[in-house]
Amino acid sequence: MSSRRDALRTLIRHPEFSRGARDMVGVALGIGAWGLVTGVAMVKSGMDPWLAVLMSLTVFAGTAQLATAPLIASGAPIWVVWATAGCLNLRFAIFSALWRPYLAHLPRRRRAAMAFFAADLNYLLFMRRFPEPKPAPEQIPYFWGGVLVNAGSWHLLSLVGIALGHRIPAEWGLGFAGTVALIAMTCSMLSERATWLPALVAGGAAVAAYALPLKLNMLVAIAAAVVVGTVIDHTRALQGRAAR
Amino acid sequence: MTTWETIATIAGMALITLLTRGFFILPSRELPMPEWLREGLRFAPIGALAAVIAPELVMSQGRLISSWLDARLFGAAAAVAWYMWRRDMLSTIVVGTAVMLMLRIGLGW
Repeated sequence: MSSRRDALRTLIRHPEFSRGARDMVGVALGIGAWGLVTGVAMVKSGMDPWLAVLMSLTVFAGTAQLATAPLIASGAPIWVVWATAGCLNLRFAIFSALWRPYLAHLPRRRRAAMAFFAADLNYLLFMRRFPEPKPAPEQIPYFWGGVLVNAGSWHLLSLVGIALGHRIPAEWGLGFAGTVALIAMTCSMLSERATWLPALVAGGAAVAAYALPLKLNMLVAIAAAVVVGTVIDHTRALQGRAAR
Repeated sequence: MTTWETIATIAGMALITLLTRGFFILPSRELPMPEWLREGLRFAPIGALAAVIAPELVMSQGRLISSWLDARLFGAAAAVAWYMWRRDMLSTIVVGTAVMLMLRIGLGW
C-alpha cells in the first residue's frame, strides 16, 4: 500500500506532471464551460439529478452525454441510446490507434485507466508535446497532470451545472465558450501543419451531412478529412518525385 | 424508462466510453491496419474538431442560418484573430465569448 502511495507521490512531483497540468489550464475555462452546459442540459432534459450525477461521473464523454440525455428522458430504446453514444465516441477509437505506440508497453490495467481518461484535449495536447510516436518515461506524468485539470474542471463544473439546473438561462450562451476553446485548439493545430484544407472540408461535410441519424455526420466529416489529407500527401510526394 | 433501466443505460455508456477510447490500446497484439490508413489518420483529429465546431457556428435548430448577422460568426472570427495575434488559449476563450455576448445582448443578433 505504501509503495503505491510512494509511486503516486513520485508521479505528482515529476516536473512533467505540473507541465501537463499547466498546459491544460489554458483550455480549462472552455472545458469547464462545456461541463457546466452539459450538467444544465442533462437536468433540463428532465433527467433525475442523481442519475445525471451518476452519468457525469461514470460516462465522462461530454458530446455523448449531451446527445443522449434527451433520448433517455424521452424514453428512447436503450439500443438507440447506446448506438448514439457509440457513434459519437467513434472518434476516440480513431484517436486510440494514435495513442497505441505510446502506451502499448504498459500493463493492461494501466492502459485501461489511461484510455478511460484520454479525452479530446488530452489527446491534442499530448500529441503536441510528444510528436514522435515513441514511449518515454516523462509521458506518463505529463498525461496524468493533464487529466487532473481536464477531468477535474469538467466534473466540478458539470456538478455545479446539475445543481443549478434550471436557474441558468440558455441565452447566456455558455456553450459558446466551449466552442471557442475548440476553435483556439484548431488554430493551434493549423499553424503547425498545413491541414487547413482537410479541416475546411470536414467542417463543410459535417454541416452538409447534419441530417444523418445518430450524429453520423461526425464520421462523414472525419472520413472526408482523412481522404483529403491523404490525397494532399500523395500529390506532394508525386510532385517531389517529379521535381527530382 | 424506469430508474433501473436508466442506470443500466448509463452503465452501458460508461463501458462504451472505455471500449471506444481503448479500442486500439486495450488489445495485447497490434491490430492490423494498412499503412496509408495509419498515415491518413493523423488528419482525423482536426476533422473531428472541425465537425464539432462548424455546425455550432452556422446552424441553429438543425438548419443552416440564413443571415450573416449572427453573433456566433463574429465571436468565432474575433477568437481566430485574437488567437493568431496573442497565441493564448485562455484570453481567446474570453474574447470570443465576450464578442458573441455583446452582439447578442447589445444588438440582438
